[in-house]
Amino acid sequence: MDEQTQTTLNQAPVIEPGHTFGTVTEKISAIVLTRPASNAWFLGFGIAFMLTMMMLFAIGYLFLKGTGIWGVTVPIGWGFAIVNFVWWIGIGHAGTLISAILLLLRQSWRNSINRFAEAMTLFAVSCAGIFPLIHVGRPWLAYWLFPLPNSMKVWPQFRSPLMWDVFAVSTYATISALFWFIGLVPDLATLRDRSENRWTRMIYGILSLGWRGSARHWHRYETAYLLLAGLATPLVLSVHTVVSFDFAVGVVPGWHTTIFPPYFVAGAIYSGFAMVLMLAIPIRKIYGLEDFITERHLQNSAKVMLATGLIVGYGYLIEGFMGWYGGDRYDAFTMWNRLHGPYAVPYWMLLICNIFIPQVLWIRKLRTSPVALFFISGVILVGMWLERFIIVVVSLHRDFLTSSWGMYYPTRWDWMTYIGTIGMFLAAIFLFVRLLPMISIFEMRTLLPESEVKE
Amino acid sequence: MKRDPIYGIMAEFDSAQALIDAAKLTHEAGYKKIDAYSPFPIEGLAEEVGFHHDEVPLVVLIGGIIGGLTGYAMQYWMSAVDYPLNIGGKPPHSWPSFIIITFEMTILFAGISAVFGMLALNGLPMPYHPVFNVPRFALASKDRFFLIVFSSDKKYNPAETRRFLESLAPRSVSEVPS
Repeated sequence: MDEQTQTTLNQAPVIEPGHTFGTVTEKISAIVLTRPASNAWFLGFGIAFMLTMMMLFAIGYLFLKGTGIWGVTVPIGWGFAIVNFVWWIGIGHAGTLISAILLLLRQSWRNSINRFAEAMTLFAVSCAGIFPLIHVGRPWLAYWLFPLPNSMKVWPQFRSPLMWDVFAVSTYATISALFWFIGLVPDLATLRDRSENRWTRMIYGILSLGWRGSARHWHRYETAYLLLAGLATPLVLSVHTVVSFDFAVGVVPGWHTTIFPPYFVAGAIYSGFAMVLMLAIPIRKIYGLEDFITERHLQNSAKVMLATGLIVGYGYLIEGFMGWYGGDRYDAFTMWNRLHGPYAVPYWMLLICNIFIPQVLWIRKLRTSPVALFFISGVILVGMWLERFIIVVVSLHRDFLTSSWGMYYPTRWDWMTYIGTIGMFLAAIFLFVRLLPMISIFEMRTLLPESEVKE
Repeated sequence: MKRDPIYGIMAEFDSAQALIDAAKLTHEAGYKKIDAYSPFPIEGLAEEVGFHHDEVPLVVLIGGIIGGLTGYAMQYWMSAVDYPLNIGGKPPHSWPSFIIITFEMTILFAGISAVFGMLALNGLPMPYHPVFNVPRFALASKDRFFLIVFSSDKKYNPAETRRFLESLAPRSVSEVPS
């Protein structure tokens, strides 16, 4: 099936007709180069920045007092830090899925959303990375996680999933940053050539590394980009798999299951697409990018959410089934405890948010309605956060010995840190849309019919 | 060796098709040291300007192999040779546990090789380049397509090459000072 029949089948085009190389370039680069920052932008950035400051305050106080200011106690030693870490890492996964996996699958509609989805990945991974570091209790010793020579001559313990996590997440952050930057280089060259101000020209000039669009350069560039996509694909699948090993390798009931890796990866993509939509819907409206981020993108993202949401639902079903069929009384109790225990309300909310409400995406009208999608995505993000809360807290709070049962209540410092990272994430997004082209200009040019050549 | 004051002669085209046709004709006319510039990658253009050996995949393969070996060797040496610790009764060389970090290191080294290998082979970063001396070249990152014949080409002759490029129906032809 060629590109054209595919477009007719899917109805809405990837890019509205009437655009040329010039108009695509102008429209995207003008957002960065000429459009003045509005009051609404300053207000939004200001709020996000204040939340970031609140996070820094909470972390500063944590460094002063220690993790005792959080709700974590024995037996629940993981609490918000791990819940938020897993949530943020999961959100990042959609960016890599869009930029790498959809590139390999030749889904050219990804070209208009990959850039900011990748930016979202980077910022989400930065937010995630904060939590394990501050959770170690003595953050000045966090470098012990890396295999660096030290005065005790001892090395990290490579049989531990937590070490695997260090390598998986730091590799993921590095590769995502490289992938994003390399994708930006030709567009930075466009900004360098388009900007009229000497300083911006110099800054974009330095960042663009002197890109000049030579045919030889493009050839190596495309090879490297494709190989990076090929490397990022197994990487992204491995990252959430390794995150799930943090749980699955332990013997705690509710964690020790083989379904965890696939169901974590599906959940990651599920929440990531929800975040992509929550960002894309207001951005395309505010910056008038409906020509580039069309109904087709919304619809496709909604379908991905529907599919991954069903996989997540299957995961819940199998957890319940194995709790009953496995015959292990502790596993069976964990399932019962989820449904009827002290955290039953969040568990039922999780089922409503992740499984029941998203089923409305079967309705075509809602899949193409930006307002409806925005709210459904919000519901999914809440649901996925609750899922991680349930996994971490419910399994830990009642394990094998009744004498060691307990409850977990997050404190205001937990909430301030968590909400603060959302602020940091949004502040980074606000800066990104003003300083860098949020849609890949050169990849948009290749979507235009004029770009096609015959030999 | 004295440098030629002229780096090459550059022709500007309106479309990707015009550029690829012109590159083909120029190569067939016997010019070997040529290059083409476009605002997006054009399939087959690199072959038309005489580029056939892309070394990036080899660099990535070598990077990946080095990364994998480094990852495994590091874990083996640290856990089984330099400071063996008995943890949970597992053998010091617990190879199944080492596979994940080996995999991650393979990806990390291969990815870094892909990016930096590509940049090094392309001779980037290079903020100044003679082609930027042509004012119209700023459009090469927007919607124009350029073809250059370098003055180092054996067949290069200022007047004749210019005439040849003009015969390809370009939008403009300009000399590139070096």
